[in-house]
Amino acid sequence: MEVTSAAGLAALLPEAVVALTAVAGLLVGSWLPRGRQGWVRGLAVVAALGALAGAAGGLGGTPIALASGYAVDTATGVARVVVLVGVVVVLVLSADHVAGSRRESEFCVLVLLGGLGAMVVAGASDLLVLAVGVLLASVPLYALAGFGKDAGGTEAALKYYLVGALLGVVLLAGVTLLLGAGGATSYAELSVALPKAPAGVVTAGTVAVLAGLLFKAGAVPAHFWVPDVAEGASAPVAAFVTTVPKIGAVVAIYRLGTQLEVADVVAWPALVAVVAAASMTLGNLAAFFTGQVRRLLGYSTIAQVGYVLLAAAAAGQTGLALPGLLYYLAAYLVTNLGAFAVVCALPRAATPDDYAGLFRRRPWLALGLTVCLLGFVGTPPTAVFVGKLSVFAAGVDAGLAWLVVLAVANTVASLFYYLRWLRPVFRQVPLGSVSKPTVAEARSWPGEFTSPGRWSARVAVAAAVATLGVGVAAEAFLSGVQGARLLP
Amino acid sequence: MTALSVAVFFPLAVAVLLLMLRRPRARAVMWAWVGATALDLVLVAALWVGYVFGDAAGDGFGYEASSRWIPSVGVGYHIGVDGISLPLLTMTAVLFLACAIYSVHAVPRRRAREYAVLFLFLQSVSLGLFVSLDLILFFVFFDLSIVGMYAVIAGWGHGQAGRSALQFFLYTFTGSLALLLGFIVLYLGSQPRTFDMVELARQQPLAGTGLAGGLALLAVGVGLAVKTPTVPVHTWLPPAHTDAPAAGSAILAGVLLKMGAYGFVRIAMPLLPGAWRDYAWVIVVVGVVSVLYGALVALAQPGFKRMVAYTSVNHMGYIVLGLGAVGVAGSDAADAEAATLAVTGSVVQMVSHGLLTGALFLLSGVLYERGGTYAMGAYGGVAGLTPRFAAVTAVAALGALGLPGLSGFIAEFQIFTGSFGAVPVAVALALPGIVITAALFLRALRRIFLGDRALPAGARMVDLSRPEMASIVPLLALSVLIGVVPIVLVEIVVPAAQAVVAAVTT
Repeated sequence: MEVTSAAGLAALLPEAVVALTAVAGLLVGSWLPRGRQGWVRGLAVVAALGALAGAAGGLGGTPIALASGYAVDTATGVARVVVLVGVVVVLVLSADHVAGSRRESEFCVLVLLGGLGAMVVAGASDLLVLAVGVLLASVPLYALAGFGKDAGGTEAALKYYLVGALLGVVLLAGVTLLLGAGGATSYAELSVALPKAPAGVVTAGTVAVLAGLLFKAGAVPAHFWVPDVAEGASAPVAAFVTTVPKIGAVVAIYRLGTQLEVADVVAWPALVAVVAAASMTLGNLAAFFTGQVRRLLGYSTIAQVGYVLLAAAAAGQTGLALPGLLYYLAAYLVTNLGAFAVVCALPRAATPDDYAGLFRRRPWLALGLTVCLLGFVGTPPTAVFVGKLSVFAAGVDAGLAWLVVLAVANTVASLFYYLRWLRPVFRQVPLGSVSKPTVAEARSWPGEFTSPGRWSARVAVAAAVATLGVGVAAEAFLSGVQGARLLP
Repeated sequence: MTALSVAVFFPLAVAVLLLMLRRPRARAVMWAWVGATALDLVLVAALWVGYVFGDAAGDGFGYEASSRWIPSVGVGYHIGVDGISLPLLTMTAVLFLACAIYSVHAVPRRRAREYAVLFLFLQSVSLGLFVSLDLILFFVFFDLSIVGMYAVIAGWGHGQAGRSALQFFLYTFTGSLALLLGFIVLYLGSQPRTFDMVELARQQPLAGTGLAGGLALLAVGVGLAVKTPTVPVHTWLPPAHTDAPAAGSAILAGVLLKMGAYGFVRIAMPLLPGAWRDYAWVIVVVGVVSVLYGALVALAQPGFKRMVAYTSVNHMGYIVLGLGAVGVAGSDAADAEAATLAVTGSVVQMVSHGLLTGALFLLSGVLYERGGTYAMGAYGGVAGLTPRFAAVTAVAALGALGLPGLSGFIAEFQIFTGSFGAVPVAVALALPGIVITAALFLRALRRIFLGDRALPAGARMVDLSRPEMASIVPLLALSVLIGVVPIVLVEIVVPAAQAVVAAVTT
């Protein structure tokens, strides 16, 4: 159903709220005194929650296509909810780091804009809208990565920007090629035109667009920036950058694969399957050899996106693929934010050994970390377990048994480095390294710590509980996406 | 909430309560743990009485409860007991109580609460596994048992505990994922799609598919074989057992190993009967090799605990042999009767091994606590110093080697008699396993307890304390009970064994 009326605009309410709040936040922030920037964060959180309520309320509604450029269907709806949850969590998480900073409002506005970009990427059913979304989901994040103006952040931002600029241009080139081949940019028209177009051009264009999206998803071969940003940027930014844009990008890859109808020309499922296999394997292998927890989490996100792409590779061949993919994204978001929240709560702890004795000092935080890391492995009854179950089932059903077996082998391998982090947590020797940051250290980041690690610790425990809750009460989430189909 | 659910989750509830307390006294925690496990045993015993004398049994499962959990992917909370799971459930409750009593004095006070919480968690997980009638529910408990045991070994073990625990985790986790793959294949083959064991047994989703059924059995079989464990995927077991704390070893050997063997009876045989028949000879061979290899390697061990660990491979091998023989057996009445005997023997062996090996591991803990080493060569003539310790160990060892009058004899006799008609050569090959086991246990008794007195440096050989007696002796008493009056156990197992045999042979 194609509409441009008021109903269509109402369907865009979450995006509109976030966009307007970002603008308003910028304006309000520039009028507020330096010490009172906290109002903007409050505004941003309230607006994101409002948008979240709107997005959640619209989940059951009739799918709507807006001017054949933007689809508000189940996939977009779920992606919006998940992204907005991520935005809210990161805004709360950053309270420890930026509260009282004079650039607090800029931080919040950038987070809102990045989240908006991720939503647009998820919903785009037109290559130009997709390109706009990718830019919107990239540019604010470059700024966020270097927000701390410290050496690590600057390096991370530079690498992130360089890879992003390169692959952004590749994406635009792909859009141009497909436009030239198909004479249109909307998926609906392209799906008619592309099968008759020259195969070489279509292949090159599709692969180029995919490359741009893989950059946003942080998947191999466009993953080089992930560990650097995870380590160099401030912890809340790392949490945001490695989590939220992925949601949009993976949904966009799924949409592209099922709607462009280029199967005769491009071996799309095989292409995505190879990317998935490379992501999970290389991410895990790299994580083996890193001694920094943040880098480890960065590599782990590369591996995790490989598992999600397994569902994207099964797209169109089984009804289990889309529900599995959407559920896995939600499970991944909660778990990853939980793990990063622990990192945020202990800014001084850089290596697994710095976590020695954490259980004795801060048992709840340690248990939260345990649940999240075991969740990553897929230990039941956490959310990622149900996600893996549905994604694996989709893979086997789509005839990708080899990829599922590889995913299983990778899951076992990943246990190694997660346990390497967990073991010191329960060790008996309490070292002095896990303690609240000193004032001097706190000052090295924009703004001083008003309440070191307090919000982060709360978020970590809440995320761990949510990981268990989403897993045990998986039905509440799965029933909503069961039989979900994209708009044609 | 049914009575069965209460029995399963009660220990977990107590664990959560213990976690909530602010700075509880170690002693209070320990007695709360003992009280909770004792209460849970009473509950399980009541379930047994109700099952035998009440009308809970029927044709299907007793105390069956089924509710929707994640219907979107065909997962339900479906539990129930029959003649195979109820004895294991009871054995589990008994063994956890024994471990709680044993640990009252054996655990460092500073971390008593964490220890008790972990064991209560493991207890709920183990009980839950034995009552699961849904593949995913089974898997949840299967995986959580690995996590819990990893924490016990890594946190309270000795020697190279961290390394052994990691090896245990990696090995059994790999197995569990293979299991999950097999479950997914079963799920995708069913129509309507479900993970419910009862429904899958009715549907027979992979019947006649040949390759798919074989692959599913391979995945499920590997997953369960790692946990059982059988040769050649047993290598995690000796280090894990050796480095675990005594109560941890007792639970690992007594309860966790049974999860694998139980999975064969509950999942592999009824859900994949065609594949089970097709590949029965593989299973029989694995069983025989496990029997012989476990016994021979145990014979070569200088350490008492490691030796007991390897005899587990031997004892579990008999179970695999008996279950494999069912797949070879013909379908006429006499064959079915023999096969029923083999399955019954296998179940009795699970219970018997849980009781006897549980006792032996607790006793090896006593040895280590007194002497600081497991090396049998370091001891000699200990019987004179510790008569009770010697007597109790002798009874446990004689039970484990299959002396008539104890449960091990009943189990192995049934397995051999039931399997002989179907696989005479395999049984003949496995029989020397009994002789070797007898030799190694007698030799161990002689080296430690008899002969000239020798003690490791710094040893303080005191006899069994009251909690130690109270934890170990009841296990042996139950073994004797089964050995003398096997009917109390066998009569409840046989109907369920008949159902399994009927599922496989027809």
